[in-house]
Amino acid sequence: MLTESQPHYRQPLLKTPFHERARALSQVDSFVAWAGYTTVDVFTFVEQEYFAIRNAATLYDLTPMVKYRIAGPDALRYLNRLMTRDLGKLRPKRVAYSIWCDDEGHLIDDGTVFHLGDSDYRLCTGERQLDWLLASAVGFDVQIAEVTSDIAALALQGPTSCAVLKNFGLDGVEQLKPFELGYFGMPAILGATGELMVSRTGFTGDLGYELWMHPEDAEAIWDGLMQAGRDCTIRPIGSRALNMARIEAGFLMPNVDFVSSERTLHVGTERSPIELGLGWLVDFRKGHFTGRRALLAEQARAPSRRLVGLDIDGDKPAHNALLYADRSGRRAVGSVTSATWSPTCKRNIALAMVDAPHFGTGGSIWAEIYLNRELVWQRRMARARVVERPFFAPERRRATPPADF
Amino acid sequence: MYDCIIVGGGHNGLVCAAYLARARRSVLVLEAADQVGGAAVTREFAPGFKVSACAHLLHLMPGSLMRELGLDARGLRMAAAHLPSTAIAADQAPLALDPSDCSGLAARCAADAAAYPRYRQRLQRLGAALQPVLEATPPRLGTASWQDRWSWLRLGWRIRRLGRRDMRELLRIGGMCVQDLLDEQFDTPLLKGALGFDAVLGANLGPRSPGSVLPLLYRTAAEARSGSALAQPAGGIGAVSQALAAAVFAAGGQIRTGALVERILVNEDRVAGVVLASGERIAARQVISNADPKTTFLKLLGSEHLDTGFVRRVTGLRAGGVTAKLHLALGRLPQFTGVAPQALLGRLLLAPSLAYIERAFNHAKYGEFSAQPIIEVTVPSVSDPGLAPAGKHVLSALVQYAPYQLLAGWQHERVRFTQLIIDTLEQCAPGLRAGIEAAELLTPMDIEREFRINGGHWHHAELALDQFFMVRPVPGAAQYHTPMSGLYLCGAGCHPGGGVMGLAGRNAARQLLREAA
Amino acid sequence: MDGGGNGRHDAIIVGAGHNGLVAACYLARAGLDVLVVERNDYIGGAAVSRQLYDGFTYSNCSYVCSLLRTEIIRELNLPAYGLQIIPYEGGCTMMRDGGHLALYDNHDALRREIARHSRRDAESYERYLRDMLRQCRFIKPLLLREPPDPTSFKPRDVMELLHLARHFHRLGEQRMYDTVRFWTMSCADFLDQYFESDIVKAHLAGSSIIGTALGPRSPGSAYVLLHHYMGNIDGTVGAWGFARGGMGAVTQALGASLQASGGQLRSGAPVERILVRDGRASGVVLASGEQLRARIVVSNLDVRRTFLEVMDSKDLPPEFLAQVRNFKIRGSSGKLNIALDGLPHFPAIPHGSPSTRGDMHVTDTIDMLERAYDDWKEGRWSRAPYIDMLIPTQIDPTMAPSGKHYMSVFVQYCPYRLAEGEWNDARRQSFGRTVIDTIGAHSPDFKDLILHAEIRTPWDLENEVGLTEGNIFQGELTFDQLLFNRPIPGYAQYRAPVRGVYMCGSSTHPGGGVMGAPGANAAGAILRDLKRAH
Repeated sequence: MLTESQPHYRQPLLKTPFHERARALSQVDSFVAWAGYTTVDVFTFVEQEYFAIRNAATLYDLTPMVKYRIAGPDALRYLNRLMTRDLGKLRPKRVAYSIWCDDEGHLIDDGTVFHLGDSDYRLCTGERQLDWLLASAVGFDVQIAEVTSDIAALALQGPTSCAVLKNFGLDGVEQLKPFELGYFGMPAILGATGELMVSRTGFTGDLGYELWMHPEDAEAIWDGLMQAGRDCTIRPIGSRALNMARIEAGFLMPNVDFVSSERTLHVGTERSPIELGLGWLVDFRKGHFTGRRALLAEQARAPSRRLVGLDIDGDKPAHNALLYADRSGRRAVGSVTSATWSPTCKRNIALAMVDAPHFGTGGSIWAEIYLNRELVWQRRMARARVVERPFFAPERRRATPPADF
Repeated sequence: MYDCIIVGGGHNGLVCAAYLARARRSVLVLEAADQVGGAAVTREFAPGFKVSACAHLLHLMPGSLMRELGLDARGLRMAAAHLPSTAIAADQAPLALDPSDCSGLAARCAADAAAYPRYRQRLQRLGAALQPVLEATPPRLGTASWQDRWSWLRLGWRIRRLGRRDMRELLRIGGMCVQDLLDEQFDTPLLKGALGFDAVLGANLGPRSPGSVLPLLYRTAAEARSGSALAQPAGGIGAVSQALAAAVFAAGGQIRTGALVERILVNEDRVAGVVLASGERIAARQVISNADPKTTFLKLLGSEHLDTGFVRRVTGLRAGGVTAKLHLALGRLPQFTGVAPQALLGRLLLAPSLAYIERAFNHAKYGEFSAQPIIEVTVPSVSDPGLAPAGKHVLSALVQYAPYQLLAGWQHERVRFTQLIIDTLEQCAPGLRAGIEAAELLTPMDIEREFRINGGHWHHAELALDQFFMVRPVPGAAQYHTPMSGLYLCGAGCHPGGGVMGLAGRNAARQLLREAA
Repeated sequence: MDGGGNGRHDAIIVGAGHNGLVAACYLARAGLDVLVVERNDYIGGAAVSRQLYDGFTYSNCSYVCSLLRTEIIRELNLPAYGLQIIPYEGGCTMMRDGGHLALYDNHDALRREIARHSRRDAESYERYLRDMLRQCRFIKPLLLREPPDPTSFKPRDVMELLHLARHFHRLGEQRMYDTVRFWTMSCADFLDQYFESDIVKAHLAGSSIIGTALGPRSPGSAYVLLHHYMGNIDGTVGAWGFARGGMGAVTQALGASLQASGGQLRSGAPVERILVRDGRASGVVLASGEQLRARIVVSNLDVRRTFLEVMDSKDLPPEFLAQVRNFKIRGSSGKLNIALDGLPHFPAIPHGSPSTRGDMHVTDTIDMLERAYDDWKEGRWSRAPYIDMLIPTQIDPTMAPSGKHYMSVFVQYCPYRLAEGEWNDARRQSFGRTVIDTIGAHSPDFKDLILHAEIRTPWDLENEVGLTEGNIFQGELTFDQLLFNRPIPGYAQYRAPVRGVYMCGSSTHPGGGVMGAPGANAAGAILRDLKRAH
């Protein structure tokens, strides 16, 4: 449970309700801090965990996701003024990925909005945003409360994830469409009145679900899923494996691919959704939202840089690589923000911020990669082609009902 | 469909309307009250007794404005001008503050008498250099626009032209506290108190607060080209508003009183008009708000049309007033001990020393009213007998500090504060209390309610260095236009502030016309 | 240069405070024959460690280290001469109701701690930190530069002004406005933009009044907050720390570095007068009558002392002297150094919290800070003073016998002139009692543990260290005395109106605190002048 034996100054990080389970399964004792909680970085071996995402089913502890309940008569008006998407189009029991910006049209953060019911929404984000959310609430009849520790969450992702849930007893879960959410009774675990909320969402770009539960039910649900997934070779995964999958899926990670404009210290390090390739999330027709005027002005200008996908020669991930216009490395044109070898695509992929005019798809630039050969460091210039994202997008992620494997 | 709707018929709204109408715009002024003028009105507070509701003297309105709008021709007349200022104290003889005749001061301190004219002259030189700043739209910082850069260069050049000594002095005292400035030059506490009074009047500052020289420089700057050197309009300050309204009509503008604007209408991210409390909708291409910034943005427009960061700045605007207004209906002329009858034409300043003012200010910091308030007294009926029944008089006093947010609540404390002010005055004018037939105290809370100024601040927003010039009222709305296309500000919350100056209104009109051109 | 010998030097530095020593070090390293003369028998000025009670080392005046520029520490090789700076491990404000707010280094611990008082503030703190760091980033490059004279058309001034303008311009429009507002705001208004909780605001506001005759509601006090924030320890911006062995370690290291570069030090040698011949500096006369000759004299004393006491008024323009007399230098701080028989217990602080291993305070509202200031304005010490209390011996084992502790208590506000009359021993004791009672209210065993207490008022600070009115910054940090206005408009470039006389104390840009920047900048100005002359 969430009650801590040690005070916060002795033990600053909280444990999630899955902590004991995770600790028992962790073979390499590798934990990291995430939004005030300690979570698993690696359970066993990163590649093994990664392949489970693309091949079987995986459990990932999502509890640290910061969750806000946004409710009240003006909840929708509030969200539409806060966010760039038109949430008026979000039907009840649907989920939308959305972003929000500051006055200058710079990205503050992204998150998923759950339309739970009449004027009742939940927002899930990677980082705490109460300061901005409350500042945005001036003039709206809306209540905003952080409910992170009230809700435990698990991501169940992978091609067999639907099969696992069916085994687990969630009848009809196969009817959930992408970005839909449903409630399922589980008398054995939740009692006669309890319900488990399941959304067909995820951060892997694969078939998958996210499960939202009361912390007291967390261990029982974990155990049940592990049991139900035994035949589907379910396994728990840590953040490292998830990161490989999300790069393949072309998803952005705050503080990795962009820094929230509410956190930047240097001038010019803020990023706009247009630069980040998230322009499709901006709806200029829906009425006013924070940053709209700035984004309209930006749209009218020629873009100066853009986040793109790169396909890089060789097999060494281009972590933090600087990018150049040509092989000589004289003219810098950007840098890599995320990089990985994609075991599924067999490609050396990366997300990178690239200056104009080099960000056009099909263009070719050069990445400066450092190689460690038994502590002898070498520099290699590798050709990098600008390609479309996502790098991997299997059909099964959309199929309803999904196949069992 | 009008070209321009002006929300609020305060003096700045009327000035703005008059200039827009003169530029052949179809203009409609909407005033919630039954008479125009906003806080610049003359009203009856007791049967037969009339008084200027807030500001009671005219000394900041530029001569050019008064001439351009022909206020003289429209009946504006001064009952008295070049009014003397006299420092009074309960236990000392009064001191006349006349830079051209320092004999009274010389009797107390020869050095001060010699220094006083020099001090005035230097302040006037600095003020004159700053004066053009008041009449211009503040430039933005850090833009690539040549107009902004040109404005900054011009401002820099104007300051350079002062010469090295005055320039250094300006850069030094610009952010200084008035106590340090006065302590450097003078010894006489009564003199320093009275001079310090003008620095903190209307400001949530004490004489020891850094930045308190700024309001003084401001006042001097405005007075440099004022059309009326410390004057009392015949019929009270409301006469100015009446003349301005006549100027609006003369230029073809329209004014509707009793028309409370409820909301500003928006269509396709652009202003479309207004809705009145009655539900009536009036369309317009531009809406210019004479209301204070908080009311304009948060109430009339609504934060849903604005960005969060902008709203955060508007919410953070410091706009709590500290000045109360006392009106006394007197059965007879008050007798201020030692004050010559001539001096009663002008203003009497009760602030015997800087320490006295600072102590009065201490209370305001903690949400209390001053135990010993500072007071500017005028008896307008001396020069303008029509304000009171025959043989009777009106006393009008500005009183500090009376913070908007009174910890104990104004509804409980109003009577106690009124009595305290009267007691304080009684010490300088024995017998005053006995002559009182009626009294009215307007606290910032009352000013908020009656004149619809959020916070009851006569500058609509504290006039301090951090809410000044290119950041007044807030970045993003400091050039009279606002983030909402077609919405402009023209009230005292904008540069260069309030005090029946009219420049915010004129600057706003000019800015609008420039942008339309 | 003339070279040494016969009591003749290239440069004489008057006063061996940290800035005098820094200036001397840079001059000596440039090959000048440098002599530092110091009135007291020990060097260090206000950055000293002294044994005033058996076995205890007191950092009698300045007591913490953070502002000392890293560039200076590196260039003068101070770590090689024994300087070690160890960061605080926490900080706290104890509340009157028995509660407390602690500050922890760990991000998550801090967020949860602030959230105990306000969940919103816990997150607004991030924005506060961001804005403070942005301001730090803006101001830092300006600290080690000579401020330009805006009235001058000299190429260097024009270039520096342009540099300043460009530096400002790079912030971009919105941050330029933020900066303008930040520099002119009061600390209380500034904090109101972020926080709702009184205790959070009170804790942070403390830094805005230290050493300053301003209250947290005085405009300009937000800048003072920054002034205490712009230091860093090993890249942690805003971090504060202890110099191992007390603040004397800083000046001892500077002294050793100076001697290693061939500079000389003479303590117990009070300067009576700076000599001027034919309109330029020619040396100094000591109180003993001895004359020392040099064509460059650098004063580490504050401007009032330099020009009104140590220089002859006939050597100076009358208008300049008038401005020196108007220089605002107000004593507002006191200090207690206390030897303790053991570690006092603070019931408000939970067992095991590291928050006592840093700065401790007991002022829990901004109003309380402001009222403390109101007392000062009336010429009395604060009845409920703001205290910045440290027990360095929890971290630095060198300062007290084993098991015993040294406590440094900085007190704001304490006036230089009392309304009730001159400072005397009875009043000093009474002031000390006020402070001790204030601490005692939060620690039941504190009073019984006191072995010895040294009580210092601004008057004592002036008499012992030579700081006029006991102002620890050698002059108020208000707009009218910052940047090109510091100390005197037109004389902000370390050069006095007399050729060869320079200022290098905290009276000059960028002001006080054990920063060393004024000393380094003054040396830069001197070396540039020498280059020009040759």
